Amino acid sequence: MSFTSIGFICFLAATVVLYYVFPKKHQWKLLLAASLAFYFIAGEWYLPYILFTIISSYIVARLMRKNSEREKLYIEQNRDSLDKDARKAYKAAEKKKRFRILILGLVLNFGILAVLKYTGFTVNNINSIIGIFSDNVSLPLPKLLLPMGISFYTFQTMGYLIDVYRERTQAETNPFRLALFVSFFPQLVQGPISRHGDLSEQLFCGHSAKWENIAPGMIRVAWGFFKKLVIADTVMIAIKSIMSSPERYSGAYVVFLILAYSAQIYADFTGGIDITIGIGEMLGIRIKENFDHPFASTSTKEYWRRWHITMGTWFQDYIFYPLSICKPMQKLSKWSRAKMGPALGKRIPVYLATIVTWFVTGLWHGASWNFIVWGLLNCLVILVSQELQPLYTKFHNRFPKLNDSYAYTLFCRTRTFLLMGLIRVLDCYRDVPLTFKSVGTVFYDFSSWREFFAGGVFDLGVGPREYIVVALAIVTVCIVSKFQRAEGISLRHKIAERPSLAFLCLSVLVVVIIIFGSYGIGFDASGFIYNQF
Amino acid sequence: MDKLIEILSDLHPDIDFESEDGLVDNGILDSLDIVTLITEINDKFDVSIPAEEIIPENFNSVQALFALIEKLDEE
Repeated sequence: MSFTSIGFICFLAATVVLYYVFPKKHQWKLLLAASLAFYFIAGEWYLPYILFTIISSYIVARLMRKNSEREKLYIEQNRDSLDKDARKAYKAAEKKKRFRILILGLVLNFGILAVLKYTGFTVNNINSIIGIFSDNVSLPLPKLLLPMGISFYTFQTMGYLIDVYRERTQAETNPFRLALFVSFFPQLVQGPISRHGDLSEQLFCGHSAKWENIAPGMIRVAWGFFKKLVIADTVMIAIKSIMSSPERYSGAYVVFLILAYSAQIYADFTGGIDITIGIGEMLGIRIKENFDHPFASTSTKEYWRRWHITMGTWFQDYIFYPLSICKPMQKLSKWSRAKMGPALGKRIPVYLATIVTWFVTGLWHGASWNFIVWGLLNCLVILVSQELQPLYTKFHNRFPKLNDSYAYTLFCRTRTFLLMGLIRVLDCYRDVPLTFKSVGTVFYDFSSWREFFAGGVFDLGVGPREYIVVALAIVTVCIVSKFQRAEGISLRHKIAERPSLAFLCLSVLVVVIIIFGSYGIGFDASGFIYNQF
Repeated sequence: MDKLIEILSDLHPDIDFESEDGLVDNGILDSLDIVTLITEINDKFDVSIPAEEIIPENFNSVQALFALIEKLDEE
């Protein structure tokens, strides 16, 4: 069931009404039933996979909790007989036991994700290698089911297990409560990847129907539909035309693709997250923001702090930090500092962990080389910027007023936007050599510009009327975004303070979506881009 | 404390670390700085900062960092 289907809107309306009819202490049970029903409707064979994650994670978290309670009790009972060293040794031994239990949970769940998502990719690569030596031998490609949102719910649940291990959150004692945390339906499609500590309390405390939650929530949901159906799905038509004929559409069309895909993925992903957060708000549940005006970033590092925030912090907290400070890395750090000097030596382990983290980030996005190259290119830009930092500092010391100038900020923003857009094209063609070849045409195929402006842009399946609508919609999104950023307020909450204005705003959004949105028979508005990850 | 300020000043010479209390929240220390910092602290204070202690509250100020080092030393 897609977020942008009539079926989902009816499902959502029924869930919200029933949610507030239910007694507060049972509301979460209704949410669990709705979430499992949503997942079942999305694919009847998806359920066993998510149930396995729920059950295995419940058992693993409970075992870690029991161990931790036993440890505390033992220390308490033997406080006088244990000296500092004995206490330390006992704690370390128990922690090791918990670590083994954690690893079991991680291996089981990441193992399933790896098999389902990466077997085809691995077999294809093995076949390519075999193909070098023999034309007749190849491994059969298995057909495996990839449950919707499996990367999102697996990462969210594994984050929960690690947090229980780290004693940053409590292990759930009720398996059904854990089931809701894992399967909460607004998040299942494309995240955000919530932390148990942030979300669990919200899910299980009862909520009363309040205008100040429901109205802004509805406006945010409608705003998400507006971004998705009016901008993303309209632009997608032109993008698909360019992607399907890379030989025909080169040079100017590739530049157009870079810009159009930036608009599409922004509207698609932030639109989906708006719908998710809006639904949460309608239910009185605060879901963490996943974006913070990413296109206003002045550097790649800043961009990644603002785009898909929950994924970035997941990788940072559970992969980058543990990897950077693990014992082998600390040893490598000492060795590299001794051999290469302190300045370069201390950067080696950090950079190595950064490369691994970005490799995994690329792989998380998809089982194909274009995503891996995409991740590594992002990493390259970040590391090169890091290495050039002394040069930037010198430059800014020479021109101290530059940082305060709006023109320079605008230059940095445009540079970051274009750079990220350029790397993102790998996501469009899904073929590394083809992407480089197509991007290369930008620098020599100048004749395409004449054709593009002579009407070629209108041969991509999108007419002048649709382009004007999309342009106006993008301007509207930019104005709203800039206003909220500058004023630091939530526009929808301001609007909701006046019910008549809220009704007017909702009505306008609905009418605009009905008139200008891309949907209807024969139009596939089913997929959010991040749904496939 | 002076030893800690010295390590931090090596990373960002332009910051007044004695008064700053939003090193992570205000974006002064990024993830690369934090890892470099941990390596230096582990080395110079003979402690081992585990991944679970890498939270903004522990890295936002020199005082918080110093309290973390003392806590780890105590444990």
